[in-house]
Amino acid sequence: MPFSNTHNAMKMKFKADQEFPDLSKHNNHMAKVLTLEMYTKLREKQTASGFTLDDVIQTGVDNPGHPFIMTVGCVAGDEETYEVFKDLLDPVIQDRHGGYKPSDKHKTDLNPDNLKGGDDLDPNYVLSSRVRTGRSIRGFCLPPHCSRGERRAIEKLSVEGLGALDGDLKGKYYALKNMTDEEQQQLIDDHFLFDKPVSPLLLASGMGRDWPDGRGIWHNDNKTFLVWINEEDHLRVISMQKGGNMKEVFKRFCTGLTKIESLFKTKGHEFMWNEHLGYILTCPSNLGTGLRGGVHVKLPHLSKHEKFGEVLKKLRLQKRGTGGVDTAAVGGVFDISNADRLGFSEVELVQMVVDGVKLLVEMEKRLEKGQSIDDIMPAQK
Amino acid sequence: MASTFSRMLMGRKTAMLLASLGTGALASGYLMSDVNHAAVIDRTKIFPPSSDYPDLRKHNNCMASHLTPAIYCRLRDKLTPSGWSLDQCIQTGVDNPGHPFIKTVGMIFSDIFDPVIKERHNGYDPRTMKHHTDLDSSKVTHGQFDERYVLSSRVRTGRSIRGLSLPPACTRAERREVERVATMALSGLKGDLAGRYYRLTEMAEQEQQRLIDEHFLFDKPVSPLLIASGMARDWPDGRGIWHNFDKTFLIWINEEDHTRVISMEKGGNMKRVFERFCRGLKEVERLIQERGWEFMWNERLGYILTCPSNLGTGLRAGVHVRLPQLSKDPRFNKILDNLRLQKRGTGGVDTAAVGDVFDISNLDRIGRSEVELVQLVIDGVNYLIDCEKRLEKGQDIKVPPPVSQFRK
Repeated sequence: MPFSNTHNAMKMKFKADQEFPDLSKHNNHMAKVLTLEMYTKLREKQTASGFTLDDVIQTGVDNPGHPFIMTVGCVAGDEETYEVFKDLLDPVIQDRHGGYKPSDKHKTDLNPDNLKGGDDLDPNYVLSSRVRTGRSIRGFCLPPHCSRGERRAIEKLSVEGLGALDGDLKGKYYALKNMTDEEQQQLIDDHFLFDKPVSPLLLASGMGRDWPDGRGIWHNDNKTFLVWINEEDHLRVISMQKGGNMKEVFKRFCTGLTKIESLFKTKGHEFMWNEHLGYILTCPSNLGTGLRGGVHVKLPHLSKHEKFGEVLKKLRLQKRGTGGVDTAAVGGVFDISNADRLGFSEVELVQMVVDGVKLLVEMEKRLEKGQSIDDIMPAQK
Repeated sequence: MASTFSRMLMGRKTAMLLASLGTGALASGYLMSDVNHAAVIDRTKIFPPSSDYPDLRKHNNCMASHLTPAIYCRLRDKLTPSGWSLDQCIQTGVDNPGHPFIKTVGMIFSDIFDPVIKERHNGYDPRTMKHHTDLDSSKVTHGQFDERYVLSSRVRTGRSIRGLSLPPACTRAERREVERVATMALSGLKGDLAGRYYRLTEMAEQEQQRLIDEHFLFDKPVSPLLIASGMARDWPDGRGIWHNFDKTFLIWINEEDHTRVISMEKGGNMKRVFERFCRGLKEVERLIQERGWEFMWNERLGYILTCPSNLGTGLRAGVHVRLPQLSKDPRFNKILDNLRLQKRGTGGVDTAAVGDVFDISNLDRIGRSEVELVQLVIDGVNYLIDCEKRLEKGQDIKVPPPVSQFRK
């Protein structure tokens, strides 16, 4: 429950400038925004569960910068964090989420029928399709701050809820600490298993405490719908399958999420959500939809083209290696997904991915034949 | 700065008073501000201690051996005057179930600390026994080793500055204060002890490389044992290395403890190493006392350091010694046990030996004074060298009788 920084009252004996972190070598959103004045004003505050400013920023202080991407450098310990520390988090959110203002409203749309197309991405290029998001259970602290008791309660509630899923969503829970060797190997082979975090970005926030207590993986029998419990968020929900039928992936995603939400409601629980920030998650980068929809796609020619980066930017897409966020691409295969999370609905984001990837594959085919792509360059979305 | 200092004095006086009542004394009325107190109380109602008790079934450390649900229930909601809780004490032990080579400590709070200390320190009972400090190096005899076997000699300990929180809990301001107090004192050292401070945040590439090559530089900790305790926060803010110009006396600032003090040199002159160690320590103590500071110490636990394994003297005196024959003898470990010595690889605590060179040092930290422990190492290493020479000549060796553990 209390983590290293909660003896906040004692710190008040020192002046703000004595406690202010040295951010001179830092390059993350928190360091760009946090001034001494802001630190002075916010250092006395804490949420009802005792989460303080230093708790919010510790990961950003300990990790000055990431080579591939600009990190956020702050985390929430509970739902109230985004309110109590808005002086810091609003500008961070604005910077990270393309100018999203404190007065802006976020729209949630999980109706898969609103997605146009998406069932015909060329499987010769698109190897797999996936949509993920996160959900937090209202009333509990988030992974950086939760106690063991809370984490276990979250696990119990989630497993009960998921246990009521039926049809093609029916599945089974594998608690990390009870897993047999064979189960573990199977989950690794299926690319489902998440391991104890090693990234200092995550560890510095406190979310690795007590591993593997209260952590586990649930998946349906078909292995197309998967939920991570108590990793970086309370729940991470993933729908995935081989090939390019993003429409099917998204339909299952929406159906599954909606069912899970109603199952929780029958037990008197709801997800953390508000109309300004959408779904509340641990990292400010995942606010809004928390949605990352993407494909693994072969783009050996296009990726070498000088305009590749520009095209992605115009399409509001992001590239990663096929090992996930901290990896580089291997063999011309890229993970392409939406860059935004907040300010666009789920349907809008997946639509961008579907339309964008269709165009990328088109460009790849052109370049294969030695043709130009100048006439199909997209406008800025 | 003066008003901060007087505020600090008040804080220190209170802390000193509580410290003199004995480590782990809990002033239950002296809690944090109302807001945080209320926050802690609400959550304790919803989640009783039993729901938070850690799952220690796969654990093998001293904390896990002694933390019963009853003790956890009794202590979970208590806080030290600076707001440190039981969960914070034990977090490293929960996160790190066990170490391949040694039984780790995993954890303030005497109900749990006293049995842990007793187990880790081979029976030393802080409730009934007293620890004796002795830094008079003139008492040590036979402290020159055969340099055909002993390659280097080293003595290290740690010191904490009373009134400031320890590395897992300290705030950035406290850590910077430790750095300021320590470096101010060190700048007063003279003669063969005169030296210079290298702050980690300002270190140039060449300096860094030089310090690495000389085996002086400590790097950001990677061991999960240390990181889980919170001592790596804000790295490298407030951290640095001081060493004398001769490079035989070295101080680490704000690594695992406020200060780690190291005296070392090539060769086998342990007596000189220990003499410089004692002289340097006493001089540093005098210099901080001039400014109104002192080291954390009490007669139950000796010098107070972050990890319970380093209580008492916090002293590890050792050599890098070649023992090609003896190390292959099946009685090697038993001999070490009886001499109350410990072997490590030459890379330090988490390494295995390379070639035939071992790091041999004292096993105990508390219950014997510094002089006694160093003498024990000297006598023990001389015995090992004697065994090695005998085996070289084809003679047989004897396992010595066990050395008595605590002073009588």
